Amino acid sequence: MDFGLNENQEMIAQMVRDFGAKEITPHRDQWDEEQHFPIDVMKKLGGLGLMGVLVPQEYGGSGFGYEEYVTAILELAKVDPSIGLSMAAHNSLCTGHILQFANDEQKKRWLPKLATAEWIGAWGLTEPNTGSDAGNMKTTAVQDGDYWVINGAKNWITHGKSGDVAVVIVRTGETGDSHGMTAFVVERGTEGFKGGRKENKLGMRLSETAEMIFEDCRVHKDNMLGNVGEGFIQSMKVLDGGRISIAALSLGIAEGAYEAALAYSKERHQFNQPISSFQGIAFKLADMATELEGAKLLTFQAADLKNKGKSVNKESAMAKYYASEVAVKNSVEAVQIFGGYGYTKDYPVEKYYRDSKLCTIGEGTSEIQKLVISRAILKE
Amino acid sequence: MKILVCITHVPDTTAKISFTDDNTKFNSDGVQYIIGPYDDYALARAVELKEASGGTVTVLNVGTSETEPTIRKALAIGADDAIRIDAEPTDSYFVAEQIANHAKDAGYDLIMMGRESIDFNGGMVHGMVGELLGLPAISPVMKLDIEGQTAKLAREIEGGKEYLELDLPFIAGCQEPIAEWKIPNMRGIMSARSKKLEVLAPSDASEAVKLQQYELPPAKGDVKMIDADNVGELVKLLKNEAKVI
Repeated sequence: MDFGLNENQEMIAQMVRDFGAKEITPHRDQWDEEQHFPIDVMKKLGGLGLMGVLVPQEYGGSGFGYEEYVTAILELAKVDPSIGLSMAAHNSLCTGHILQFANDEQKKRWLPKLATAEWIGAWGLTEPNTGSDAGNMKTTAVQDGDYWVINGAKNWITHGKSGDVAVVIVRTGETGDSHGMTAFVVERGTEGFKGGRKENKLGMRLSETAEMIFEDCRVHKDNMLGNVGEGFIQSMKVLDGGRISIAALSLGIAEGAYEAALAYSKERHQFNQPISSFQGIAFKLADMATELEGAKLLTFQAADLKNKGKSVNKESAMAKYYASEVAVKNSVEAVQIFGGYGYTKDYPVEKYYRDSKLCTIGEGTSEIQKLVISRAILKE
Repeated sequence: MKILVCITHVPDTTAKISFTDDNTKFNSDGVQYIIGPYDDYALARAVELKEASGGTVTVLNVGTSETEPTIRKALAIGADDAIRIDAEPTDSYFVAEQIANHAKDAGYDLIMMGRESIDFNGGMVHGMVGELLGLPAISPVMKLDIEGQTAKLAREIEGGKEYLELDLPFIAGCQEPIAEWKIPNMRGIMSARSKKLEVLAPSDASEAVKLQQYELPPAKGDVKMIDADNVGELVKLLKNEAKVI
């Protein structure tokens, strides 16, 4: 068993660090302040092959596995968690859904555009009144000849306004029936499909989160992914993989906050000695480092299983649950170690602190992860 | 056009430098290695020249197998193939001889490298390779364009630049702003493993210089803060303590 990064991962990590230092870091604070979603950065990530990491080369992607994918998100999240979030959502949700459940013709139609970031992808499951209770969704699709007519709204959607294409899961059967939902691909410009309000968020402010509205939106049956009634089951599988992305995102925040705090604790002197020499600080660092390593092991374990095509339902939930909690904890402790300076925007930990909280909420709250884990272990 | 780019495998610019064995060996524990930054500029320009007018870019490194990840990064950036001359690089002359012995019959139109490495900073290899091959060697080259068999280049000189024109082949020691560093993409990284990396035995060459010992500069002392209004005290310290005025 090899726990180190392979050479490709090392090279990808360096690539992301170099790209981030040049294209993101100089503008990050201003974009955060203005809540600006830098689409041009996403396009450049596409040029590097980071918007189709898992997509095979025959569909225009990079053709890498989950280990390399986790490394790329982790490093990007260290530079800026919200760009990491946008990259992860594009890869694992919209692109990932099409990659896993589209037929070959559909893959040829959409994947090359998504993998190169010519098109930015969005994915819609959540609605204003159905977050954790996604199966109770109200957005409907009704068949009318060769078309399905979609009505309703999805919210908390990454790239809901700027996305060029969205995979949307809608009700086509009875409420409460897990086989009563179907997934469709809806392209921007389709009549009756528009972006709604953009959320003003605590953190992850470079990543666009917005509403998607459907008003008598007619979508051709060729845009259906899989069969009628398979949408919810597909979504759960997409989220199993998506959780690895959020775990990776959490690792980037946890590691970024830890490294910043470690360096600062050696530089900052109080009572004529570095604050790292005080046990109160040193023990915090020990906890941060240990829990970060634990989160990494869980995440790379899930990535390894996913690469082998095995079920990751429990393992990805464990990775996402633990890593996201560690991200929050490490960024809280990092702010504490920085003291007053950590509470200002002059140092990076304030931003990690705000960005981290999304990780315990998005793509399944910590509570939902515990539900998934407990159901899995009680069934074993 | 057939271009050879010689790269060094050097500690990252942020690496902490220390020595072992009574200060006679560099301590590589925990040190990240990178392509020499000046070599990286040369490589970036070589790839641009190839993309503009066709040809091939071969990278060459004189080093042990530990340098292969660095060589593969050059392949990921856009070089077509690579050569590693399997030897511990000892001094500039040894490295220059290895490069010259390989290049003499290989028919390169242009040999590029950084103006100097960033570990030993000798800045001598390009000149020595030129001498050994009987070709012009120019450094530091900050602009390079090729038209047919003619190169037009700008070289940094004290207080300005000089513009030169010469026929291929020649050796160029490069520096910024000859090109912007290239960041490899995922496809490049994927393809780097399938590109040819040939390992050649070193030719007979002897080192001309033997290293005796390294010495780190003394640690910096504490900073003295002088009140902005107290210019007299500042002048006194600069004169009597720092002895710079």
